[in-house]
Amino acid sequence: MTTTSARAGGSEEQIGPALNGSAHRAQPLAQAAADGAVAGDVTIPGSPRPARRAAVWAAAARRTYRTARSRVPRHVRDLPRWLSNRWRRSLQLRVAATTVLASGVVVLILGVLLVNMITTGLLNAKRRAAYAETKNGLVVVQRQLSVVTDPNPESLRLSLKALTTTDLASRGANAGLFSIVMQAENSLPFTSGDVAATSIPTDLRAAVDRGNLVEAYSPIRFTSGRTGSGLIVGAPIAAPAGSFQLYYIFPLQDEVRTIALIRRTVLLIGTLLVLLLGAIAVLVTRQVVRPVRVAAQTAERLAAGRLEERMQVRGQDDLALLASAFNDMANSLQRQIRKLEEMSRLQRRFTSDVSHELRTPLTTVRMAADVLHASRDGFSPEVGRSAELLQDELDRFEGLLADLLEISRYDAQVAVLDAEVTDLRALMRGVVDATGAIASQQGSTIVIDLPDRPVLAEVDARRVVRILRNLLINAVEHGEGRPVEVRMLGDADAVAITVRDHGVGLRAGEAALVFDRFWRADPSRDRRTGGTGLGLSISLEDARLHGGWLHAWGRPGQGAQFRLTLPVRGGEVVVASPLPIEPPDARLARTRQRAQVGVDLVRGGG
Amino acid sequence: MVDDDPALAEMLGIVLRGEGFDPSFVADGARALGSFREFRPDVVLLDLMLPGMSGIDVCKAIRAESGVPIIMLTAKSDTVDVVLGLESGADDYVVKPFKPKELVARVRARLRRTDEPPAETLTIGDVAIDVPGHTVSRNGGSIALTPLEFDLLVALARKPRQVFTRETLLEQVWGYRHAADTRLVNVHVQRLRSKVERDPEHPEIVLTVRGVGYKAGPP
Repeated sequence: MTTTSARAGGSEEQIGPALNGSAHRAQPLAQAAADGAVAGDVTIPGSPRPARRAAVWAAAARRTYRTARSRVPRHVRDLPRWLSNRWRRSLQLRVAATTVLASGVVVLILGVLLVNMITTGLLNAKRRAAYAETKNGLVVVQRQLSVVTDPNPESLRLSLKALTTTDLASRGANAGLFSIVMQAENSLPFTSGDVAATSIPTDLRAAVDRGNLVEAYSPIRFTSGRTGSGLIVGAPIAAPAGSFQLYYIFPLQDEVRTIALIRRTVLLIGTLLVLLLGAIAVLVTRQVVRPVRVAAQTAERLAAGRLEERMQVRGQDDLALLASAFNDMANSLQRQIRKLEEMSRLQRRFTSDVSHELRTPLTTVRMAADVLHASRDGFSPEVGRSAELLQDELDRFEGLLADLLEISRYDAQVAVLDAEVTDLRALMRGVVDATGAIASQQGSTIVIDLPDRPVLAEVDARRVVRILRNLLINAVEHGEGRPVEVRMLGDADAVAITVRDHGVGLRAGEAALVFDRFWRADPSRDRRTGGTGLGLSISLEDARLHGGWLHAWGRPGQGAQFRLTLPVRGGEVVVASPLPIEPPDARLARTRQRAQVGVDLVRGGG
Repeated sequence: MVDDDPALAEMLGIVLRGEGFDPSFVADGARALGSFREFRPDVVLLDLMLPGMSGIDVCKAIRAESGVPIIMLTAKSDTVDVVLGLESGADDYVVKPFKPKELVARVRARLRRTDEPPAETLTIGDVAIDVPGHTVSRNGGSIALTPLEFDLLVALARKPRQVFTRETLLEQVWGYRHAADTRLVNVHVQRLRSKVERDPEHPEIVLTVRGVGYKAGPP
């Protein structure tokens, strides 16, 4: 595991410097400068010597700490983040890790159980053997001591010594090596073997003193000074010559060694098993994950427009099912898209054909009407007026046809932006000049407020002019002869143009409707300038095609304001407009009104 | 006048004759070229959608053998169609339905030649322009330009350091006061560059001034 992480961390390191290598290279320099500053600080002239030394030490410690921190390899510092990233993104890693973790716990439990059982078994066998040995020894000692009736302590001592060192010690075969301690009252213990008599714990002695056959596991000391663990069995002996205590001490070093070996073996095998299981999990999940990854890649390619991408179907398992289902989906998707493309192509063809078929006869009619119109003075008044009506209505018809074609182009999504960097002020001035005649006809003046510096933006001039013309004509038409105000303001990302009129305004909810096709604020109102009813819809589409906004604001009696916001750079989308949608004067009036209401309330309350 | 719609052709005939022109009509694209050679017109009005041979191909064929002004009549105002038509060699285009006055104005603009130009030779970079001789050459090798392309180059070359907006160029070269399409200028500048520049991708003769327009390169 460790090696894997380290290697993976290394690969991260290779990617890292490309991203923020410069920041890293800059760090030591800044640090050196900081260190210099610290060093400069501590050499304060006249400061007491110990304080100075302490400060130097502190600075050195800080430096060491910083150096140490900067010396920690970046891949080690980034490891947690990298790991959590991998964890979230790799199913394979998750499955393998879970498998390793779960099997680790199971193997651990099993291992502990196994080692415990073996240990218990080993010790039990040892104990049984020890008991048997002790009992045999007891019989021998009892038999020997029963004949010693001589109260001479010296001979008793001798016989005890002989017993301990030869008779009993030579018997030990069943229970392995052991040592014997024979304790007589008021006498030094006799020992055989290499275990010190002091190994026998006092509570064991006490228990034997009370006349019990007792056993205990206890740390033992050898005469050589070594220590180890051992099994001590103590037995009381009542003989005519007095009472004695006989201790058998069985060193357990073989058993300890065996158990240690078993533990090591179990640990090794367990670790290997867990690693193996992890590897198996990785292999197995790879079989599942790889097709899923292939499916994901194929789906990505499909999404990117490569509709002919398919997955390979191999075998008849669940993954083959996934692949074939995926391919079915791709097929049907491709069919649908082809169908839509075909429909779109037909729509485009239709638009184009209708355009051509309608326009050619319209051109002829237009010319005929023009000829008639030019010579209307020679006609009778009715015919002359008819020629005029024909001319005017042909203008409307033409406008309507052009707008319909434009909107159908948007519907077929074949409208393309022909953008280049343009000074929007120039476009605005051109539109204001062109609509001046209509405005003066309505008695309106157009007040323009443009920035002093060029307002450059990457726009399709034809479309922007169309939007501005529609907004201006709309404002003049609904402005009731009052001035129409045009403002323009640009910032680094967007340009906003507002067109304000002081006409009847819009009722609540109408601001959203003005962009609907053929929507009219008041159907009973007469149409003076003869808009087609599609102008604002087309303007909205034009604005959207630029990635811009077109918004409407209106209050009854306060007029309306339209705001066009366009991104400065082509291909970007507007996120904020430099100008508010609510005109400043209306906002002022609103706050004043609110203040007024507040005052009224206070007065009423008082 | 090449158009397949008889009613339109007849109506155009009435209008053009009323303005003092002498039009001749062809309804089939395939016969347009033969008729052109026979009739030797001063200006060609060409519908884009024609039976036999498309307007684009007719335009290319005529342009291959003559610099005569060509005005396209098109029912499509899509940028792609307009640009395609202009790139095939047309000098101007009128979108149907057009007003007769508009068409006549454009025809007159194309027919109006600058009155006897002063004898002058202009240079931009290594390109020499002989204004009265109507020839352009680089290092002795002559470059063939249509009259409109020639006018555009001369307009730029006369005031080398001045930046011309597209609107100014439309007025000076095409003779339109307003309401004309600036795509005309763009496409013609491209066409001009493809003929006079060594590397049209990196122009040295006709330079683009971002956000404003065009100017002539260093003399």
